[in-house]
Amino acid sequence: MKDSKMATAEKKERQSRGNVNINKDRCKGCGFCVEFCPTHALRFSEDFNALGYHYPVRLEEAACTGCDQCGAFCPDFAIFGYRYKSHT
Amino acid sequence: MKADEKAVNTGIHFMDGDSACCEGAIAAGCRFVAGYPITPSTEVVELIAQRFPKIGGIFIQMEDEIASSIAISGASWAGAKAMTVTSGPGFSLMMEHIGYAVMTETPCVFVNVQRGGPSTGLPTLPGQQDIMQCRWGSHGDYEVIALSPNSPQECFDLTIQCFNLAEKYRVPVFLMMDECVGHMSERVVIPPADEIEIEPRHYTEQAPGEFSPYNDMEGLVPRTTKAGDGHNILVTGLTHDDRGYPDMSANTHQVLVDRLIKKIRHSADDIIILEEDDVDGADIVVVSYGISSRVATRGVRMAREKGLRVGMLRLVTVWPFPENRIRELADRIEAFVVVEMNQGQIMREVQRCSEGRAQVAGVLNYGGAIHPPEEIYQTIAGVSS
Amino acid sequence: MTESVVTDHTKQETISADQNRVELCEKNPAEDFLRMDRIPHIWCPGCGIGTSVNAFVRALIEAKVDRSKLCVVSGIGCSGRVSGYLNVDAFHTTHGRAIPFATGLKLANPELTVVVYSGDGDLSAIGGNHLVHAARRNIDIKVVCVNNFIYSMTGGQAAPTTPMGTIASTAPYGFCEYALNLPHFVEACGATYIARWTTFHVRQLQKSMQESFAKKGFTFIEVIAPCPTLYGRRNQYRQGVDEMKMFKEVSRREKDIETRDAEIKPGEKIVIGKFVDRERETWLESMQHHYKEVLGDAYYPYTGAMI
Repeated sequence: MKDSKMATAEKKERQSRGNVNINKDRCKGCGFCVEFCPTHALRFSEDFNALGYHYPVRLEEAACTGCDQCGAFCPDFAIFGYRYKSHT
Repeated sequence: MKADEKAVNTGIHFMDGDSACCEGAIAAGCRFVAGYPITPSTEVVELIAQRFPKIGGIFIQMEDEIASSIAISGASWAGAKAMTVTSGPGFSLMMEHIGYAVMTETPCVFVNVQRGGPSTGLPTLPGQQDIMQCRWGSHGDYEVIALSPNSPQECFDLTIQCFNLAEKYRVPVFLMMDECVGHMSERVVIPPADEIEIEPRHYTEQAPGEFSPYNDMEGLVPRTTKAGDGHNILVTGLTHDDRGYPDMSANTHQVLVDRLIKKIRHSADDIIILEEDDVDGADIVVVSYGISSRVATRGVRMAREKGLRVGMLRLVTVWPFPENRIRELADRIEAFVVVEMNQGQIMREVQRCSEGRAQVAGVLNYGGAIHPPEEIYQTIAGVSS
Repeated sequence: MTESVVTDHTKQETISADQNRVELCEKNPAEDFLRMDRIPHIWCPGCGIGTSVNAFVRALIEAKVDRSKLCVVSGIGCSGRVSGYLNVDAFHTTHGRAIPFATGLKLANPELTVVVYSGDGDLSAIGGNHLVHAARRNIDIKVVCVNNFIYSMTGGQAAPTTPMGTIASTAPYGFCEYALNLPHFVEACGATYIARWTTFHVRQLQKSMQESFAKKGFTFIEVIAPCPTLYGRRNQYRQGVDEMKMFKEVSRREKDIETRDAEIKPGEKIVIGKFVDRERETWLESMQHHYKEVLGDAYYPYTGAMI
């Protein structure tokens, strides 16, 4: 049986070991994060930010490992990744 | 505060002006010198290289004068009193960093043992042709302080003055020597350390986080800090606001440059040192500085022997120029005679300030030799008739 | 349901027992070292300088560099603006003269960690003489050279690092000079640590920066960075990301690499990696040893700033 799109997103989110924090108004739309995300978990926004650029948004269908590769690439300090950590 | 007893070479010496300048720097607390060899100033750094390892100083012979002139700004921001020493061609290479020190309000001292120019010119012979260059050589509007010694003793005394003024006004200060003064040996008295007054750096008392590099003012001069004190300062040669942040606006630029100029101009009376001899009763006043002032004295004496009423005004401080004094005198004397080893750099200043109310004549040459006193006498006699 | 807050020096973590996971709060870890009141910075979209700064800040955090003793000195140009965005003692000096300024700063207070962060034109053309002699003297400063192949601040003129044949505003028909092989050059001069990475190799770059902080003496890290506005667009890389993809494609990290093989030619591989890691006495150490030996008790070591 084929999962619905929503169900896939939920599944991926469960598989995600981390997430990204995006400060969209600092972004200048260079696309380093979108291009080089190892799990392709980012895409460009449709709308513009305050500076007039398309900024990255999290692609719900893909898992984020929280590797922070996007954060390391970002020339504008607009995004960073972080890992979830189990807590008992 | 007082000079460091361990370092000051107290006593009566027979030394040349270059050596006296070195001893003056040491007495003033200078512990960082960056230099590059150039005749006729090299003796200063040679003696520094000899003396510094024994008194706790850092001397580095840089790869060129450009490097030397910015290394002293770096050292100054690390909290050291710093100096560089050069002559004509090297001085030309340093121009950009005069402006940098002015703009960033970095206390430092430039010594120029002047030789004949332009270009390589006369490496071993004197000149006074860099007087305007130290005033206007770097681009932009600014004010600096320049002193001109006429004896080895003054090379010692005025070097200390240079360091003190640099700290007081946060400005580069110039000791405009010349080859004759630098290489001439005379009696130099170096007093005990506790008789030498030195100006400490004026540090802020504000806490890190509160301090803003150009806002903690003492009159028109901001208090400072040094690298490593936790203030996270931003120092830039760009036009900056009082946080030190670059701000490319005409308004900020005007406010900044206006203050940089006024902090010197408004204190001109405090800064300017003049040596006057019989100026008040004179019809003619001879204006001179540096080595030229010593032969001028002889010319004045010859004129007085002929019954002429001649006064002598020696500029110990060349910049800021004693505009007010020249204006006052222009109102009541007949003529100025300016004696200098260039084509009238200070003579034009005297003309500017006397505004046509007194005649101005120059005894000028192209550098290379000091004037014969007779030539000075003849010019004085010429204007009086 | 319980909630507790754990803080460390760089990030604030909120632990939510409900979600059974830790989430970081709003703040980018780099922010602590930046003058956030000056962000956004002046660099164009797709410029690699910001990426190199990102690696630098992360290296500072990881290497636990004492921030109060850290000075960053820059020259003039796009990369020369780096110092002004870092919230440390920052000096923006004149064109080409960051190294001699840093020399004065370091020698007058040896306790400082002094970093020179500037561009290829600034450090290797107008400042080339200083680069030679600071490396030769082994002045203890850490040089980060952002190489974007061009003078970008002034509009894309050719630099000593512009690869032969590429287009620049002052080389409209292609540049016909040999490019300077920076790692080879500074190795000959005497640098103790030399590495080259592109801005695509951010992790390796960060690691090299960390290593350089632990290293005594003159260290040199070349960062190949995209300049889409003034180099890329004239040379088939429309955007920064296109140049980044090229870096990814042509960069080669080989075993036993030598700096003489590191020359950059258009269309050929870019050799990356750590080239040199060696020990030499620094200028200060060598001076102190020498004077102690020669002058004995008469030697009075410099004790730092006098007042």
